[in-house]
Amino acid sequence: MLEIRLETRTGSIECGGVRRFGFRRVALLLHVVSAVDGAKGINRIYLMQGAWKVKVKNNWLKPVAAMAAALSVTGLGADELNMRQGVTDISRSVYDLHMLIFWICVVIGVVVFGLIFWSVIHHRKSAGAVPAQFHESTKLEIAWTLVPTLILIAMAWPATKVLVSMYDTGGEDMTVEVRGYQWKWQYKYLDDDFNRTFGFFSTMATPQNEIQNQAAKGEHYLLEVDKPLRIPTNRKVRFLITSEDVIHAWWVPDFGIKRDAIPGMVNELWTIVEEPGVYRGQCTELCGKDHGFMPIVVEAMPEAEYDAWYVEQLEAEEIRKEALSKVFTPEELMAEGEAVYGTFCASCHMPNGKGVPPVFPALDGSAIAIGPLEDHLDIIVNGKQGTAMQAFGRQLDAAQIAAVTHYERHAWSNNVGDETQPRDVIEYMAGQE
Amino acid sequence: MSEVIDASHDHHDHHGPAAGLARWLFTTNHKDIGTLYLWFAFLMLLIGGTMALIIRAELFQPGLQFVAPEFFNQMTTNHGLIMVFGAIMPAFVGLANWLVPMMVGAPDMALPRMNNLSFWILPFAFGMLISTLFMEAGGPNFGWTFYAPLSTTYAPETVTFFIFGVHMMGASSIMGSINIIATILNMRAPGMTLMKMPLFVWTWLITAYLLLAVMPVLAGAVTMMLFDIHFGTSFFNAAGGGDPVMFQHIFWFFGHPEVYIMILPAFGIVSAIIPTFARKPLFGYDSMVYATASIAFLSFIVWAHHMFTVGMPLAGQLFFMYSTMLIAIPTGVKVFNWVATMWQGSMTFETPMLFAIAFVVLFTIGGFSGLMLAITPVDYQYHDTYFVVAHFHYVLVPGALFSIIAAVYYWLPKWCGRMYDEKLGKLHFWLSFIGVNVTFFPQHFSGLAGMPRRIPDYALQFADFNMISSCGAFIFGFSQLLLMYIVIKAIRSGQPATDRVWEGAHGLEWTLPSPAPYHSFTEPPKITDADAHS
Amino acid sequence: MSSGTDHSAYYVPENGWYPVWVALAIFLMLGGGAVWLNDLKAGDEPNITLTLIGLVLLAVVLFAWFAKVIEENQQGLYSPQLNRSFVWGMGWFIFSEVMFFAAFFGALFYARHFVLSWLGGEGDKAITGEYLWPEFEAVWPVVSNPDPSVFTNPGESMASPGVASWGGYLPFWNTVILLTSSVTVHFAHTAIKDQQRTKLLSWLGLTVLLGIAFLILQVEEYIHAYQELGLTLSSGIYGSTFFLLTGFHGFHVTLGTFMLMVMLFRAFKNHFKPEDCFGFESASWYWHFVDVVWLCLFFFVYVF
Ligand code: HEA
Ligand code: HEA
Ligand code: HEC
Ligand code: CUA
Ligand SMILES: [Cu+2]
Repeated sequence: MLEIRLETRTGSIECGGVRRFGFRRVALLLHVVSAVDGAKGINRIYLMQGAWKVKVKNNWLKPVAAMAAALSVTGLGADELNMRQGVTDISRSVYDLHMLIFWICVVIGVVVFGLIFWSVIHHRKSAGAVPAQFHESTKLEIAWTLVPTLILIAMAWPATKVLVSMYDTGGEDMTVEVRGYQWKWQYKYLDDDFNRTFGFFSTMATPQNEIQNQAAKGEHYLLEVDKPLRIPTNRKVRFLITSEDVIHAWWVPDFGIKRDAIPGMVNELWTIVEEPGVYRGQCTELCGKDHGFMPIVVEAMPEAEYDAWYVEQLEAEEIRKEALSKVFTPEELMAEGEAVYGTFCASCHMPNGKGVPPVFPALDGSAIAIGPLEDHLDIIVNGKQGTAMQAFGRQLDAAQIAAVTHYERHAWSNNVGDETQPRDVIEYMAGQE
Repeated sequence: MSEVIDASHDHHDHHGPAAGLARWLFTTNHKDIGTLYLWFAFLMLLIGGTMALIIRAELFQPGLQFVAPEFFNQMTTNHGLIMVFGAIMPAFVGLANWLVPMMVGAPDMALPRMNNLSFWILPFAFGMLISTLFMEAGGPNFGWTFYAPLSTTYAPETVTFFIFGVHMMGASSIMGSINIIATILNMRAPGMTLMKMPLFVWTWLITAYLLLAVMPVLAGAVTMMLFDIHFGTSFFNAAGGGDPVMFQHIFWFFGHPEVYIMILPAFGIVSAIIPTFARKPLFGYDSMVYATASIAFLSFIVWAHHMFTVGMPLAGQLFFMYSTMLIAIPTGVKVFNWVATMWQGSMTFETPMLFAIAFVVLFTIGGFSGLMLAITPVDYQYHDTYFVVAHFHYVLVPGALFSIIAAVYYWLPKWCGRMYDEKLGKLHFWLSFIGVNVTFFPQHFSGLAGMPRRIPDYALQFADFNMISSCGAFIFGFSQLLLMYIVIKAIRSGQPATDRVWEGAHGLEWTLPSPAPYHSFTEPPKITDADAHS
Repeated sequence: MSSGTDHSAYYVPENGWYPVWVALAIFLMLGGGAVWLNDLKAGDEPNITLTLIGLVLLAVVLFAWFAKVIEENQQGLYSPQLNRSFVWGMGWFIFSEVMFFAAFFGALFYARHFVLSWLGGEGDKAITGEYLWPEFEAVWPVVSNPDPSVFTNPGESMASPGVASWGGYLPFWNTVILLTSSVTVHFAHTAIKDQQRTKLLSWLGLTVLLGIAFLILQVEEYIHAYQELGLTLSSGIYGSTFFLLTGFHGFHVTLGTFMLMVMLFRAFKNHFKPEDCFGFESASWYWHFVDVVWLCLFFFVYVF
């Protein structure tokens, strides 16, 4: 977020950071332009972003800077222009490296393009230029082979250093499994022997009506989830990244790390976050229909707060396990079932159960959904090999499966009239082994 | 000898083309086939471009407006495939067909019937590919890089048509390159030594080798996909001991040389145009040849720079980073040689020259972003964002595509014997130049700010640049209709062109009359120094 | 060869109808093939008509095309220079075939040397094996897949026993057969050069027979693999690489044998002259290429 402050003789005008697009920006642009225009005696213009501050002194530069500032505020905040510096050691060294190679390229570009424009202007026929006839020079060829080589070495050196530091593996304080699914993330907090302690799914929380332009878009449009991943600050966290179906990629720009989630394979990734905060990223490998809709949100918490939260989650996990032996009322099943359906099934079978035929079948009126319970459970628990229908037996617990099955049998125009309880699911799954 | 020639003369009604549709269907003439390729490529440019415009329309604003995400993915995929395999590559092959025999002093291509086959496979292949968009399950939606398992286990059933389509394109390219190699190595006029060949011929010779080496590998990759999909093999499935990443290695072993296949002939074109309009011989001919060969060689050992995020061992990452960076050196040699050619020339700025200069500048910008992408630790941030999209459009659109357009303006008078309208040509240039930069420059920013590629909708902070980019795309896209108008107008009613056409032009093709006769050199020409490489 | 540089003699054929029809035939064959495969997969009634039409059309047109080329050659329309174009063409075509096999060999090496150890919990990505596939053991040939519920384990592999027992090892005999056939085809070539018709016919005939023998044994081996060893296309990465490599090789042997048969037929008709026998030569190069591929196969698929 970029902020701008204009100091004039009479006082200062502040334009708060804005990055929403649309009329507000245009209005702001006009506002700033008129401020510059009216206040001939601008003393200082500050462009501020976090700790980054630019002061413009030169008088003749002021109008230019003001226009640039206006543009940046109205349209092009710095976080929309350049890479983020981020909040880890790695991300900052990556940023520095990025700026270094960027400026090297700019300098080379200025030289090369300068030469071209020079000859375009001075060696044009209409300016009376007579063509020289030289056409080779071994010395020159050697020079422009060697000099770029040296420049490249100058780039490769710091690049190697940063890369090696990224491979400084091991010594982690905790491990989280990150598993990509079409189209959500699952996080599991692992103990030392990789035995799962608890885990949860993280799905996009932006409602459909915002996406369909029927409601105003919220601040974190498409970058918000129901349950963020939580990690402590200042501890070395290891991520084990894998996938259940196709390849996804897990990326949090502020941490400076990105790694593919590959089915059947595991990638490792480390980070130490220094500042508490909420950090947002997205899946960055094409993974099918909703690739654009599987954001990543990580909340870095102060250590003590995190520890408290972790204990709480462990307890909640115990309570959830108890649910497996409970018997629910049909209303409870429907309510829980609708929630599970919304999170896990609706992206393919659609909230109204109509699916997207022929790829994703309708469940409303589906022979399986209103047929024998066995078959219905079978496809939910085991999925169907070779299709997008996943084996939800590995994602959901018996209580959730029971609820969603019950829901599907009674939602929309379906009305089987039975009841599916967690123990039915447990029995079914036991019978399979 | 005269017997032989007479025997064939009996059948030929004086080397003229056949009449009507049969001329185009059955032709064995390098010029006719070149023309077919070029028009086909232009049609594909319009189709692929229309898809790009659908993409840009959807991305004009945040939110879903015109198309559903499934369809958006199909557009992205088919746009990439059609542009790469349907527009750029066939256009270059078309140019090779027209120009290589004229430049080396040959009567025709070495294997004329196979030449016809190479072309006619293409409409069928693309017919097959595009028809999938109208099938129930929808067209390919897994990106032009079709990573497994999205393109295998999770693909729509039409992927089978896609696979066979790719096989057909591959067969066409392989036959086309064999033909070009045989022509260049076997059909040169006496005295046309290798180091006297125009650079366009050189770059195509090397490109043809690249094609021969990598198209079969692509065929292997899609064949493995076919078997994984239909016959239960497990190349790309860890459950059976395979690995999805293996697909990427095989694909990019093809894919990286492929991108140079799309730029080397462009280098050749620019190396012909700049000396002509600078009225000065090409600077550093020999080093240009060696640089091209080095780029081709290096292109085989850099492929994994597309895969820095798949989790390779450190040593692998470093190797691919260094080798990729090395490509900047021979490419730099080329750029510097072009600049030195312009230096102290006597330049004029006809449309081909404008496109050629724009090529040098904008391609270099694309090269710079390529170099930034090569730096592994930073590529973690750039990878699969719009920064990559900006990079490759800079090398492909004002790179490959501009060079093709420049070539069309440059040689059109030779082809049809008539001049194009210079004023309109300049207008076309400026519209294209502005349009292309407005479209793709802002994508650097959205990419750096973190916008992933291949998404139909985006977070709000990316809104402004996307809007600008979409506006540019429409300007650029519609100005290409102007190109079509200019070309047709020139063919039908342009001013007659002289034989040499351009004051500073050198090379055998300019010694032929305009329009060039149906069979280029029935008598082998004498190679004078003035006609050696331009 | 001096007339080779004489350009006026370069024969540029008239318009020809063959290529378009070949393109159409390929389209029908492959398009029909895709329909057919998709039907099979979906469990629908498979329909193979289009594919067959395409195949027949392709055969007919190619026959006519080659017949025309042979006829033109017999008429003496082809200059040495044009023949050199054919030589370049065939040579680089074989190069592209080499690259096609390189893709499969590459896959074999990658799967064997990298993926296998990762899945088995060793090397740079050891964590993959440790975390996801703790049961899996990295041995090649893979007879026990990471997830045997998806890819059935082969009972046994085709790997070679010790050299001592090669006497009863079918792939070894196949190697012998192919190597021999490369020699016989070479003798046939010398026979052309020496203008010895009977020798040519017998050596070439023998080569064809050896090719057929190889194919029969190969089919035998596949039957053995499928019926007795349980080694199939879907028995994991070993079966995948084994069958694709040997299968595509077998397919090329079939093509090569067919080409040699055509040459045999042409030899009967006295088409070859010592200074002009490009058709024969290209078939024999192809045959040598197929032979070299087999040697690689024998060592990398069977022995090591
Ligand atoms: C014509 C096509 C073309 C060309 C010529 C290039 C040229 C280069 N490309 Fe590009 N590239 C693509 C097409 C092309 N690329 C495509 C299509 C993709 C995306 C594929 C996909 O994922 O869909 C891609 C992606 C891509 C990536 C992967 C990014 C990612 O996905 O994360 C990388 C990474 O290294 C890369 C690097 C390079 C480099 C180093 C060059 C170099 O060749 C550039 C060299 C040129 C210069 C450097 C400029 C001139 C030189 C000088 C003036 C000399 C002095 C300069 C210095 C010393 C710096 N490219
Ligand atoms: C090879 C060359 C090539 C060319 C020339 C282009 C040209 C263009 N590309 Fe392309 N693009 C790729 C290759 C190319 N692209 C590749 C390989 C990808 C990656 C795909 C993937 O991710 O898998 C890609 C992806 C890609 C994306 C990212 C999509 C995504 O990630 O979701 C975008 C978005 O802006 C884009 C835009 C454009 C635009 C605006 C043009 C413009 O230059 C187009 C100009 C338009 C025209 C020329 C059309 C003219 C037509 C009319 C005016 C209508 C008339 C109609 C009729 C007569 C029928 N391209
Ligand atoms: C990623 C997409 C996707 C998601 C998410 C998904 N499904 Fe499915 N589902 C499918 C597909 C594809 C099929 C069709 C499989 C086939 O070809 O038989 C299917 C089939 C079904 C069927 C059988 C319908 C019929 O008539 O064939 C049921 C029941 C079902 N799914 C339930 C669920 C439930 C319950 C959930 C959530 C817990 C869910 N699905 C989530 C893709 C999905
Ligand atoms: Cu998950 Cu993209
Ligand atoms: Cu590359």
